[in-house]
Amino acid sequence: MKGCAIMRYDAQKADVIVVGGGHAGCEAALAAARMGLKTILFAINLDSIAMMPCNPNIGGSSKGHLVREIDALGGEMGKNIDKTYIQTRMLNRGKGPAVYSLRAQADKSRYHTEMKKTLENTDNLIIKQGEVIEILTEGGKVTGVVSESGAVYGCGAIVLCMGTYIKSRCLYGDTIINSGPNGLRNSTKLSESLKNLGIKIFRFKTGTPARVDKRTIDFSKMSVQEGDSQIVPFSFENLEKDIKREQIPCYLTYTNEETHNIIKNNLDRSPLYGGVIDGTGPRYCPSIEDKVVRFSDKERHQIFVEPEGEDTNEMYIQGMSTSLPEDVQVAMYRTVPGLENCQITRAAYAIEYDCIDATQLKLSLEFKNIKGLFSAGQFNGTSGYEEAAAQGIIGGINAALFIKGEEPLILDRSDAYIGVLIDDIVTKGSREPYRMMTSRAEYRLILRQDNADLRLTEKGYGAGLISEERYRKFLEKKVLIEKEIERVINVNVPPSEDVNSFIEKRGGSLLSTGAKLSELIKRPELNYEDLAFTDVNRPVLPNDVKEQVNIQIKYEGYIKRQLMQVEQYKKMETKVLSPDIDYFSMKGLRIEAQQKLSQIKPHNVGQASRISGVSPADISVLLVNLEAMRE
Amino acid sequence: MGIDVKRERLVLFELWGYNMKFDFDDTAAAISTPVGKGGISIVRMSGKESLLILEKVFKPAGNKKVSEIESHTVTYGHIFNGDKNIDEVLVIVMLAPRTYTREDVVEINCHGGIKVVKSILDILIKNGARMALPGEFTKRAFLNGRIDLSQAEAVIDLINAKTELSERASLNRLEGRLSKKINELREKILTMTAHIEVNIDYPEHEDEEFSYNMVFEKTSEILREVNHLIETSDMGRIINEGVKTVILGKPNVGKSSLMNCLLDEERAIVTDIPGTTRDALEENINIRGISLNVIDTAGIRVTDDIIEKIGVEKSKIYARNADFIFFVVDGSEELSYEDLEILNFIKKFNKKTIIILNKSDLEQKLDFDELLEYIDENYVLSISAKDGIGIDKLFDKIKELFLAGEIDINDEVMISNERNKVSLINAKQSLENVIETVKNKMPQDFFSMDLTDAYSYLGEIIGESIGEDVIDKIFSEFCLGK
Repeated sequence: MKGCAIMRYDAQKADVIVVGGGHAGCEAALAAARMGLKTILFAINLDSIAMMPCNPNIGGSSKGHLVREIDALGGEMGKNIDKTYIQTRMLNRGKGPAVYSLRAQADKSRYHTEMKKTLENTDNLIIKQGEVIEILTEGGKVTGVVSESGAVYGCGAIVLCMGTYIKSRCLYGDTIINSGPNGLRNSTKLSESLKNLGIKIFRFKTGTPARVDKRTIDFSKMSVQEGDSQIVPFSFENLEKDIKREQIPCYLTYTNEETHNIIKNNLDRSPLYGGVIDGTGPRYCPSIEDKVVRFSDKERHQIFVEPEGEDTNEMYIQGMSTSLPEDVQVAMYRTVPGLENCQITRAAYAIEYDCIDATQLKLSLEFKNIKGLFSAGQFNGTSGYEEAAAQGIIGGINAALFIKGEEPLILDRSDAYIGVLIDDIVTKGSREPYRMMTSRAEYRLILRQDNADLRLTEKGYGAGLISEERYRKFLEKKVLIEKEIERVINVNVPPSEDVNSFIEKRGGSLLSTGAKLSELIKRPELNYEDLAFTDVNRPVLPNDVKEQVNIQIKYEGYIKRQLMQVEQYKKMETKVLSPDIDYFSMKGLRIEAQQKLSQIKPHNVGQASRISGVSPADISVLLVNLEAMRE
Repeated sequence: MGIDVKRERLVLFELWGYNMKFDFDDTAAAISTPVGKGGISIVRMSGKESLLILEKVFKPAGNKKVSEIESHTVTYGHIFNGDKNIDEVLVIVMLAPRTYTREDVVEINCHGGIKVVKSILDILIKNGARMALPGEFTKRAFLNGRIDLSQAEAVIDLINAKTELSERASLNRLEGRLSKKINELREKILTMTAHIEVNIDYPEHEDEEFSYNMVFEKTSEILREVNHLIETSDMGRIINEGVKTVILGKPNVGKSSLMNCLLDEERAIVTDIPGTTRDALEENINIRGISLNVIDTAGIRVTDDIIEKIGVEKSKIYARNADFIFFVVDGSEELSYEDLEILNFIKKFNKKTIIILNKSDLEQKLDFDELLEYIDENYVLSISAKDGIGIDKLFDKIKELFLAGEIDINDEVMISNERNKVSLINAKQSLENVIETVKNKMPQDFFSMDLTDAYSYLGEIIGESIGEDVIDKIFSEFCLGK
């Protein structure tokens, strides 16, 4: 392009500019606009807004938690999937209330359409098709962006949400195409601009399986997986009756020895094993060739066949992500029972892309050394739509708060999964695309999906994203829960025949004297709902209130213990570290610790203790030095 | 560097509370890499005799002699324990003064793993080296003017912070086995946790079988082992730190003669109990392999009238803090009021005690039956300290009292410090919570909380935190993905 530079012109001004219209970008733009700031969202193609280029579902273990938290803060993902789901299930029932996981199959096309419609009808928000090629700064602070047409858009804050589009290339075995996901155009210039700003770039990779024409699948050879009959909405604003509709099934089948042989015989044609890909791939979603090589003793692997939508014949083949060439794909897919005659509509591919080292960010998702520049989503080295949206809403809120000159919204590890996610990526960095998991949350008995509203609505309301009406309903719900718990604690249950015969049926030990209702609820074989027959003064309450009463009473002992752990944790989190501390001049710190602390600039001592390479000894030394500085 | 400067620096160390009595003319050895980690470990030795000791244990390849090895070069060969080939190693000899400590230094690069490394260290010690104390190489470097005060201070700060470093240093010694044991227990917990967690994070993953029985059995097994470690903990401290011992008795009953007998025994035996920090007020004496820290109050060898001088109350204070009491009475006299006071105290607190009827050579006036109201006959011995009569029997008794046949020091893993014991008790509590939860058939999410706690409490003992262990385990053991 040199030699025929495009003429630049001042196009318009906004408060916040969001670069990218995926799941992070949509939440960021909606949050900023709803907080009253003039916002522009750029997408490389407006038809790819909220596109789901990989799996056709939202939620699942821990990801469902994220969606509910986004909703409690006033985000859009939960509402949008409630509008567009075609199957929904509550997973992990029976494994404990903290790990109940809501997951819905989405109609991909309608998911996009509905989200675009919401963006289009939000005040203060303009969406634009176009590629941003440069970030403008002055004195370490952002001033605007430049689009590929030379238009300069001035602004006070930017949220980068470019997903996997930066210098991306897709690999179908030996066929390599320079494109973004799903054949869309990639972005080639912005990366340079970011590097010029001193931003460190990583190269990650991920992949997606093939899509297959439904008419060419023999479902009789697979087992059917139906949705739940009771629908639990993602959004706290919806009731079951508001969103109940006909559901579409998914299917389960398996690979076999023949499949594995085809893979093994063609490994040399996989860019993964041929060394063509140098990006770092995730351990938690290995390609089928990875699985066959690493777990060679396994005779079969599960394959889930899921619809991509109501108005399409395309089915997603979960479990067979691969970067093998198309001819091998066809051969190996056709070894799977039910897929013998399948026609692949879109081939599987691996995608490699630029992303940032997220340790360059503060907990607010703002870059440490560029004021007003925020970054969210897969571009921060994470994976998954929900992880992206979770960062998007925080990035959007904080960009808006930045413009308003207010303190950023930071959720900590005891507030939300979102807090765990952000703390992890900005503190520890990531060597592979980061996936949320319940095992990452230390305080998960408190961070349940059922109480996300109780944890976060207040914060969403504070930011201005929760309507007065919703807030009022929320306060009412809180009061109802408190009152009912208070009541249940004081209800006496006599050792009547009715009660004892019920307890006997459940296999519990019989009452000889009276007991408090709350004590009975705590018994493993009983719950709040069960005991309604003996609780004559019980008021009529909504389901979500009853659920809270049951969980909070039943698991009280465990929850209390977890709260004590949280208290311990908060002690270190409240010892704030100034970003100006010169760790190199701190006596007694090991050099590695000095380097890591200077690089991460932790917000507090707790965060410092989670940095890899900072030992408990270093933290002791740090505390001693802090004490000395105070004196 | 003049001896005065050296002494001045030594004084500085003492002032920092870094109280280590050793003459810095001997040779010290230690494992310099984390125990049980990595494929290669380094055993380092520093001091005048490094080369002499090396010569006794190392056979370089090709019939080369140790004395022919050039300074700062690498030599391949084998470490021998007598005739037994222990390991294939690379040895680096570094001659003074161009070394970290400015002394002759030998580094033995051997295979990793706890057993080999520990046995090489043991061989060096058997051949004349002394177990290095935490931070000792740095101390030597400092004393020899190799590093300046500020550098040493930083290292010492860390060590004194009683954190990872000192933990590691002590693990390098007696507790190598402990760290192995703890690692085994943690690995079991981690595997179980990963099996539970994979079910939660991958609800549709079908290969993982989960059952209450499995968790119950595995947890019970781990709990048993943790309990056993706790039970041995007092013994562990005794072995590591020595038995706190006090000699009580009226004036002129022969306490100093007894002390001299004990000290004579000490001189006959080379003490190599590692990790023994000697208090200036204590005399460390090794009897039949038991390390006694005998309170050696200022007057004890000057005058015999300790009860008179310090009084019965003071004696009780000593007794209360002691693990073990020698109570010396004069067999040629009747029991006095003060004697009975002390005996009462000993009985009340059930202290390990040996009553010594001294002066067995004189006519016995003491009412033996009266004595037996306070103590088992088994632990009353007649000796004549002056003539050394009955001393052997006394020593056997001491051994019997502390080893009682139930604990074999060589095979047991022992917990030796209070902090570790607290961590173990916490781990035990968490494991008991797991069992309680399983018995109540609570959902599986509720045991992983306590399993994780147990895992992290055990981790405290070996200086490890949780980090991403569970997640790493899940990905390495299970086949998951899209």
